[in-house]
Amino acid sequence: MTGIDQTSLSRSTSLKLFGYHPVVIIVAVLLLFMPLIANDFILYQIFSWSFMLGIVALSLMFLAGYGGMVSLAQMTIAGFAGYMVAIFGVNGIASVSIGWPWWLAVPMALFLATLLGTITGALAVRTEGIYTIMITLAIAAAFFYFTNQNYAIFNGHTGINRVATPHFLGVEWRSTVPFYYLTLGFAVLCYWVTSWISRAPFGLALQGVRDNPRRMAALGFNVNAHRIAAYVYASFMASIGGILLVWGNGQISPGSVSVDVAIDNLIIAVVGGISRPIGAFIGALIYVVLRTFALDVLVAFGLDGNRFRLLIGIGFLAIVFFSPDGVIGLWNRWRNRHASVSTVRQGGAHG
Amino acid sequence: MDSIAQRLSAAGTNNALELRGVTKMFGALAALTDITLSVKPGERRAVLGSNGAGKTTLFNCITGDFLPSSGTIRLFGEDVTEFPPQERIRRGLRRTYQISALFPGLTVRDNVYLACRGVSRGRFSFIRPRFNDPLVQAAENLIEAVHLTGVIDRLVAELSYGQQRQLEIALALAGAPRFILFDEPAAGLSPTERAELVEILTSLPTHFGFIIIEHDMDVALRVVESVTMMHNGRIFKEGTPQEIESDPEVQELYLGGGHG
Ligand SMILES: Nc1ncnc2c1ncn2[C@@H]1O[C@H](COP(=O)(O)OP(=O)(O)OP(=O)(O)O)[C@@H](O)[C@H]1O
Ligand SMILES: [Mg+2]
Repeated sequence: MTGIDQTSLSRSTSLKLFGYHPVVIIVAVLLLFMPLIANDFILYQIFSWSFMLGIVALSLMFLAGYGGMVSLAQMTIAGFAGYMVAIFGVNGIASVSIGWPWWLAVPMALFLATLLGTITGALAVRTEGIYTIMITLAIAAAFFYFTNQNYAIFNGHTGINRVATPHFLGVEWRSTVPFYYLTLGFAVLCYWVTSWISRAPFGLALQGVRDNPRRMAALGFNVNAHRIAAYVYASFMASIGGILLVWGNGQISPGSVSVDVAIDNLIIAVVGGISRPIGAFIGALIYVVLRTFALDVLVAFGLDGNRFRLLIGIGFLAIVFFSPDGVIGLWNRWRNRHASVSTVRQGGAHG
Repeated sequence: MDSIAQRLSAAGTNNALELRGVTKMFGALAALTDITLSVKPGERRAVLGSNGAGKTTLFNCITGDFLPSSGTIRLFGEDVTEFPPQERIRRGLRRTYQISALFPGLTVRDNVYLACRGVSRGRFSFIRPRFNDPLVQAAENLIEAVHLTGVIDRLVAELSYGQQRQLEIALALAGAPRFILFDEPAAGLSPTERAELVEILTSLPTHFGFIIIEHDMDVALRVVESVTMMHNGRIFKEGTPQEIESDPEVQELYLGGGHG
């Protein structure tokens, strides 16, 4: 039953609650019990980071994969949310700290960052392809330079440090294990909602807009309204990622919203594969593992540790060259081959 | 739920479609010049004309894909000249495209489901349709009507050319159409597929009218009651199929080397 079930699973309109692939179940169990196996370094540096970067990459995957809109501003939205939660909440820079409790600062940050993302979207949806990339890149660059020079709100080049992290239900959520579950929880939530939406009218229509905007208008859809709505959702998700990132780091500075970081986000999404939500997290995991260990490996070989970007760049090139659909493209191809073999073996059991 | 009869009476004595002095310029090229045309509700009409006559441009102006350079367009009595396409579609206008405009990355089912969703509420809904959702049922019925049930879960990119043309028609039949524009639905079809198309067109409910652009007189004249001939962006003849077929000017233009 394996081959046929899998191919029909990927296309069927009905949700198969208990029809998950064994790999999914194994991964789920592993992630759930990871704190029993892994040390603090792996939990935070590898997993929490992958979940947080994965959420931001997922917001790009949603726009690019389902909407056909490549936005380089998603890391900027995340960074803006991070700044807002730092500024409205408690931080170490008295001159820029408003000092609200986290449960007020977080909704405020989510709201303002989603608003910024919506405005970005409203500007970007009037353009197509390369121009969307240019306009979102311009917004990313502008925000980077603005935070660098503005001391009244963003504390300029130094940025904001000692950002307070939430403490409630008797748990200090920034300590490693709670933070692991916090980031895992939000990653799963974002992943699940995004997957769910992809088969709901909103997501289907977005894919229609991606494939043929003119026809969508001729079917009764307001194409630009749909695109802007996609930015609203994606920006909300990026904001969640950005708030987690600032809690994880305890600080935020213009370096967190630089153009480099915006492009890293694109690389993460593309390496993982933008056709399905899981790609964002696979891409983030690969990126984080390379960033964390490539340095040591390079130094061990007597090379400059800062060359890890070169490694990531080469990996990026290889992926784009061999599998335009990223790592999940490789996985899909392997699975399809496997599926067609088992279909043949079963003598074409198709109805 | 308003019935077709209610809608028709609401439309009153208005024409389904009324164009006055519609002109469309592409730079210095006049693709349409001073087109005045009216079509009654329920009327079925063919628009004929050689390549580049402006037939597709006429459709694009009616649906709002392009805004006309001048002139007015009324749909069921309402001036829609400045309306974006989706607003006209929501008022009951439908169209097919000469070059199939489908969603290749989605299945046949999803393509038709989108067409049904586009003309109803909940376009932004986060709620997944259940199998017994009325729109899912409507989509399945439409797919059956254009004989595509066998490939309902296939990606559109995998369909044959003829199947894609059939799907084009299904997309235009979604919801409660009041007036449909068919742009060369038979282009590139085999004789058997053409016969099937004629069958689909003739079996359409009679309460809504359509305009069909068709080079193949056999297809066009069998499914319509009136004909408009276009040439160089102008209307130069209107009449019944019999009148047009026997018209010497038409004969000369169509058969006497009017092409090319
Ligand atoms: N988007 C456009 N931009 C510029 N010129 C256009 C455009 N669309 C059509 N035209 C021109 O307008 C004229 C009419 O084109 P149109 O497509 O309406 O012809 P048609 O009657 O549909 O022809 P066919 O039978 O080949 O489909 C042609 O000269 C064409 O080149
Ligand atoms: Mg044409």
